[in-house]
Amino acid sequence: MAHENPTGWKRWLFSTNHKDIGVMYLWFAFIAGMIGFGMSGLIRMELMNPGVDVIPSVFGMTEDQARHMFNVLTTGHGLIMVFFMVMPALIGGFGNYFVPLMIGAPDMAFPRMNNISFWLMPPAFILLLLSTFVEGPSGMNGFGGGWTAYAPLSTSGHPGPSMDLAIFSLHVAGASSIMGAINYITTIFNMRAPGMTMHKMPLFSWSILITAFLLVLSLPVLAGAITMLLTDRNFGTTFFDPAGGGDPILFQHLFWFFGHPEVYIMILPAFGIVSHIVSTFSKKPIFGYLGMAYAMAAIGFIGFVVWAHHMYTVGLDVDTKAYFVAATMVIAVPTGVKIFSWIATMWGGSIRYTVPMLYAIAFILLFTLGGVTGVVLSNAGADVALHDTYYVVAHFHYVLSLGAVFAIFAGLYYWVGKMSGKQYPERLAQLQFWITFIGVNMIFFPQHFLGLQGMPRRYVDYPDAMAYWNQISSYGYLVTLGGVVLFILVMAMTLFKRQKDCADNPWGEGATTLEWSLSSPPPFHQFNELPQIK
Amino acid sequence: MNVKRLTARILASAVALFASTASVLAQTAPGSMPEPGGLWLLPAASEQAQRINDFNFDLLIIITIITVFVFVLMFYVMWRFREKANPVPSKVTHNFALEVVWTLTPVFILIGIGWVSLPLLYWQDQVPETDMAIHVTGNQWNWTYSYPDHGDIELTANVIPDATFVNASDRAAAEAELSSFLGWPAQLNARLLDTDYRVVLPVDTKIKVQLTASDVLHAWTVPAFGVKLDAVPGRLNETWFEANQTGVFYGQCSELCGKDHAFMPIAVEVVSKEQFARWVELQGGTITAEADAPTLGR
Repeated sequence: MAHENPTGWKRWLFSTNHKDIGVMYLWFAFIAGMIGFGMSGLIRMELMNPGVDVIPSVFGMTEDQARHMFNVLTTGHGLIMVFFMVMPALIGGFGNYFVPLMIGAPDMAFPRMNNISFWLMPPAFILLLLSTFVEGPSGMNGFGGGWTAYAPLSTSGHPGPSMDLAIFSLHVAGASSIMGAINYITTIFNMRAPGMTMHKMPLFSWSILITAFLLVLSLPVLAGAITMLLTDRNFGTTFFDPAGGGDPILFQHLFWFFGHPEVYIMILPAFGIVSHIVSTFSKKPIFGYLGMAYAMAAIGFIGFVVWAHHMYTVGLDVDTKAYFVAATMVIAVPTGVKIFSWIATMWGGSIRYTVPMLYAIAFILLFTLGGVTGVVLSNAGADVALHDTYYVVAHFHYVLSLGAVFAIFAGLYYWVGKMSGKQYPERLAQLQFWITFIGVNMIFFPQHFLGLQGMPRRYVDYPDAMAYWNQISSYGYLVTLGGVVLFILVMAMTLFKRQKDCADNPWGEGATTLEWSLSSPPPFHQFNELPQIK
Repeated sequence: MNVKRLTARILASAVALFASTASVLAQTAPGSMPEPGGLWLLPAASEQAQRINDFNFDLLIIITIITVFVFVLMFYVMWRFREKANPVPSKVTHNFALEVVWTLTPVFILIGIGWVSLPLLYWQDQVPETDMAIHVTGNQWNWTYSYPDHGDIELTANVIPDATFVNASDRAAAEAELSSFLGWPAQLNARLLDTDYRVVLPVDTKIKVQLTASDVLHAWTVPAFGVKLDAVPGRLNETWFEANQTGVFYGQCSELCGKDHAFMPIAVEVVSKEQFARWVELQGGTITAEADAPTLGR
């Protein structure tokens, strides 16, 4: 090689290597995930019993401050998990590491842009964390207007600089994601190995490609919306202020035009990962490959035309609502295709139940559960009773927390051997799976009942009758906490304690994608000679 | 509002008088409320809520069948095609007919759901000729109500603080205040659901609700009536309901509005038309012929 491989801090700070950047994304997501998970712990502990007592004693604050603090925690939990945990892990982490490997490319198309994509994330995250320490509403710190940041609570409702910092955080994180997305699109379109046509490309690459398009098309809309918030707040514009001819509902349209594609941005890479794992451990190629790829494309497209189903109660006119009901329900069709294709992949297979496979199967089952409650919510008529209740919280945690996050776990166990060269301890990891599986279901299943009983979201305190399910939900958090601690232990053992070396292809005949043709871990630069795909 | 409170106090003595007629003005029982371990939507007290509950139940059956089908199928596959039972995997990766079936079947199920869902949506949306209206304004963090058809009755409902439920004498005082406001004996039913003053409305009357907000977004919700609508500054949102039974019905603000979002509940006391007329009189409002005539309306 003409140049030497950088070492020490230069290797990471100046990194242009997709694998190093991918690994940094994963560590970043892990740290952010722990903070986000800690926040949800405070939320669940506060909600374990009626009354506002946990947050005041933890932070040493008055009940009044604690009520605001609770909103800061839910807001922070949402923003961190979406922008700083799930997206960096699935797209930045696994995407960076495995897309070039799978398509037989030496690296990403724009390695230096890849570097700045990653290094914008820590400043963005620090901005968000800083926002919790400066004034939001007068006399209190932090932004407590929800991750959706609806105006006017995010304008006149939070006069302090906290919201401005949060806006900058999203600007920076958004710029990072847009650059990342451009990189993926260019890489996938131009750097596939000879013979790898689009229709031979692994499904994870397909999922990242579609996700990248969603990012490029939706994030600028978010950037515009929050910039308007910024000028409304600081420069006297009135985009969202009726007193100056603006409209608070406009913000919601703009936000959800981004926000709905965003949920598919989080779940499509998960679909990709699950497809690989199901195929690998069934020892069968994926069933209905083209249908799987185009189902994702269809989901991505329809994802852009359903945004107002988040807004059924704002006072939309009935024809608008009827359209969004119909469009939203259509998403169930390609999603159904994916679920059945996964099961069909397993049908006739020779299935091995390793930890990644357990997570992938749990993903399919729990995503189905979250999906069918989505069909209920898509009906504006029925949504009247459920809108903004815990039913919605249960729904989106089933598809994201038990969906996207399970896919992250699945991907980690599937690829950690490839990435580190060391295989994870199987028995302990299986225990980790079962504890997590029981814990998260204990958290979120009872929340359906709370929602049906009418408990609204983002409530720091609730009528005493709702204590029953809240308590079970909070106990579920404690079980999940055990799962997370065990996860850290398993990963620490894998990485730092001598485990058995991971073979180039530890999973056998089912693992057919190109990353398994390389050593574990792969060489610093791979495919100096491009592989030929037959 | 303070004027109204004062009026209520001045008229407190009248309560004693009313107490003698308490046989006709019995205390209103709580309507549908959440209960510990509750699993389903609150019992309906209006046709809208009934239709919503029924539709939700239909949906529950459909999604349960789908979920059970997927789970059973998955468990069967997991058992039947485990490595030990099926060491040699098949090579099948396509089955056109099967793919068509699992694409079209959901389409038909969804069309079936839409067949029920969309008519319900359009039915909910029509505001019929209503008998009376209330104006509701969401504030940080309480609700202001006014009765445009009954003079200028106006009231602001604040949550009953937790301490009131702990201290028996505070509770008695709050109940006395509420009773004097209502003109009949009242009791507090639940922490975080009860308010110091209640919206009083007549039963079997089509009521138009006009909603706005004075500061940030709020949402006015009463599950038992099947009503949930955002209160938006600068907008007037409109919905309606017709309570078909008397009782006290509760709801909670359903759009994040700041630190006391969880502390601005909605308490609606639905009473007979005669009792409502008496309450209006007590509040110094007027009963117009249209608003009161029980025969009117569609």
